[in-house]
Amino acid sequence: MRYAETGYILEVDLSKGNIERVETDPRLTELHLGGQGTADRILYDRCCEADPFSPDNLLIFSAGLLIGTPVPGTNRTVVNTFSPQTGLHAHSMFGGYFGPELKHAGYDKIVIRGKAPSLVYLWINNDKVEIRDAAHLKGKGAQETARLIKEELRDPRVQVAAIGLAGENKVFVSSIEHSNSSASRGVGPVMGDKMLKAIAVRGTKDIYVARPEELWNLCLKHSKDIYNNPKVGDWMAVEWDDSFHHNNFAWGNARVRIKDYWSPELQDRWMNYTLSIRDRLQGCYNCPKHCHLVVKPPGKPRYILKCYGKDTWHQAAFKEIDFTFDILATTQEYGLDNYSTPQLIAFTIELYDNGILTDKDLPGFPSDTGERFYYLIEKIVRREGIGDVLADGVYAAARAIGNGAEVYDHNTMKKFEQLPLKLGMINYHYFLMYATGEKMNITQIEGSYPQDAIRDLEKRKEFVDNWLAAPRRFKEYYLRWEPRQEATIDESCNIVDWNEAMHYVDDAIGLCAFVSSFRGQFGGKSAYHIFNIPTYINLATGMDLTPDDLWQISRRNRNLVRAINVRRGMRRVDEAPPADHWKKRNPEKEQETLSAYYRFKGWTQDGIPTKPTLDKLDLGFIAEDFIKMGILTGEETECYRETSVNDPAGE
Amino acid sequence: MGELVKKKVRTIKVDIDKCNGCRTCEMACAAFHASPRYSSLNPYRSRIRMIINEQNDEWVAVRATDYSKAECDGRRTYTIKGREFSECSFCGTICPARDLFKEPDSGLPLKCDMCESDPPLEVPMCVQACQHEALTYEEKEVWVEAEEQVKPAEMELSLKSLIDKYGLEKLANTVARMAQKG
Repeated sequence: MRYAETGYILEVDLSKGNIERVETDPRLTELHLGGQGTADRILYDRCCEADPFSPDNLLIFSAGLLIGTPVPGTNRTVVNTFSPQTGLHAHSMFGGYFGPELKHAGYDKIVIRGKAPSLVYLWINNDKVEIRDAAHLKGKGAQETARLIKEELRDPRVQVAAIGLAGENKVFVSSIEHSNSSASRGVGPVMGDKMLKAIAVRGTKDIYVARPEELWNLCLKHSKDIYNNPKVGDWMAVEWDDSFHHNNFAWGNARVRIKDYWSPELQDRWMNYTLSIRDRLQGCYNCPKHCHLVVKPPGKPRYILKCYGKDTWHQAAFKEIDFTFDILATTQEYGLDNYSTPQLIAFTIELYDNGILTDKDLPGFPSDTGERFYYLIEKIVRREGIGDVLADGVYAAARAIGNGAEVYDHNTMKKFEQLPLKLGMINYHYFLMYATGEKMNITQIEGSYPQDAIRDLEKRKEFVDNWLAAPRRFKEYYLRWEPRQEATIDESCNIVDWNEAMHYVDDAIGLCAFVSSFRGQFGGKSAYHIFNIPTYINLATGMDLTPDDLWQISRRNRNLVRAINVRRGMRRVDEAPPADHWKKRNPEKEQETLSAYYRFKGWTQDGIPTKPTLDKLDLGFIAEDFIKMGILTGEETECYRETSVNDPAGE
Repeated sequence: MGELVKKKVRTIKVDIDKCNGCRTCEMACAAFHASPRYSSLNPYRSRIRMIINEQNDEWVAVRATDYSKAECDGRRTYTIKGREFSECSFCGTICPARDLFKEPDSGLPLKCDMCESDPPLEVPMCVQACQHEALTYEEKEVWVEAEEQVKPAEMELSLKSLIDKYGLEKLANTVARMAQKG
């Protein structure tokens, strides 16, 4: 019997209509844990060079290792594939109830290959798995699809992940929607390309853990602690003072900062409006937080709002919060990503306002920005007229439109829309996270180390004393970090390494970043960290991991993603944040920092993991591939810096 | 009328407005009733289930009450704060109309027993697991008639459902045959 995991994956070939239940190798769990870790191993082994829209490309849904166990906050399903927008590894995940249901159906993963000849959906009911016709679901909204499938299968407990019209039309900024959650960053168009409208899953099997009573008692207590900890969860749903995003993030096409936007009058007005349309606060499976808003705006269907989508739409459109609540009712049904779509539309409006796009491209284009958003959404999700060009995202659209449009693409990186953040002074660990992060969004990379130094040294000391999550050296860095002072290059390398390590852990075990990797930075009180996560993994799986062992697995998974992207052509030249991300840049020091980070990671100066690094991470087969392909000579001697959670800070 | 006596009644109150939909109550119930304890975490073995309709903002925890071999007409609807609820959304009857509160392997009924165990839990496990206090435990004393009918225990419920399925004679024969084999 396997603990925590089921030990099986579901292999579905949509071209052939073939379905298989395949036992997995427990050794891969030891090496990569699960979730994204083991999914990336499949991507590397089986389709590393596949064109995103070829039948060979795989679309993998993975329930994290600890999903279905009592460990609170573990419910994330990771979706991996190759993104048509970036050509690189696509990482995205969603919460809700899908992952637990999949585990109870008896699978850790669904691996989808091929393309169906017509629109289909996958129905997984424990051991019975069918590919079913979805002609009647064509063009239906994502939540509407979920409702119709539940009705059709006569079972309200079926969990559904579906694409909307945007995904069906392979819109690059489309998402996969499930309940209160969604996955984006390239996975939606691949699902559409495979002609897979939805996956419906129902499972009634047991999940076993190695040491049940101990784990249960620990989790019962931890759940209470998480509930009572105001520093974890996504507090955007419940925090009325949202001056942070509105005063600091850029509006429109990541252009304008309105430093004094927020006011008590605005706060009251927005709070009263939100409360007037809010039905409840809602959470995900086995998590005591309530990060989602169930809302029913006037004249719109009820839906569940997640996360930062609460701000992105009205900030891109220079509107107020009622605009966001209204438009989300439309965009969540179409299955559009809340991060990149508003950016794409704001970019288009700028092109029009600057005469690069004209009335010929946008016939009958309204004058009000809000109406313009609705107008463009309809064009984009249908790939109609200019919408067909825009549907490929800002980077590709700017190049297809030409005529100077490239200049307005000022906020993408690795061809992907970034958060609308434009700042003054460069901060080198953020430079590194932007440059080298392969999860494409800073929120998927940052999180463990605080964003600012506490001015008062006594308070800083007190903070450090209570900072359970931090290995020793980070406490020392933080103590000596004076406001406005830069971290040293070595500190920056370590900080980025730690930030990333925690995300790679979460994405393997299915832990939500809002109780873990993303939540250290504001107040230092994340519920999960490198010291306590091994206990939960060990009790659930029967493994015997130390914090350093866990870090090593995370390092292995991180290098695996890097290796995949290297094989797909990513190099140092691609690792450049948007030119105007910081007002003041220092190219020389940036490159010096990047070089040092590559050395720290045991990568070549082109960002490629070396043979010694790969060998030491049990990824020697990748080194062999790289040497055969001429990516490495095999002479490279650099190896990653070995660190321990007990290391002192050093110089 | 029989003599009135005081009796302690234990119940779990449900505040559906406080529920965040985490379904930890389901996992907790299944875990507590697993043998060995906590060894299985399967919500489908739970005696408390969430009735969920997201589009209707419906999140209702329902505890299994009595077994019935017949389904009711289930046609009553209630409108609460503008939302329409079916009677089934609040009903804990273990009935053939739906597959709630049935052991997934055997199909036998699963009834809430308020986590009666030895030693007894002070508060049932689902209530302990509900951080939002959508579930709260309550003990109160009520006056009841002394000769009040004793509610059937879990095994009796299971046997009753087996009788409904196979008939009393067949079941009795099977038990007798098994008893002979030792």
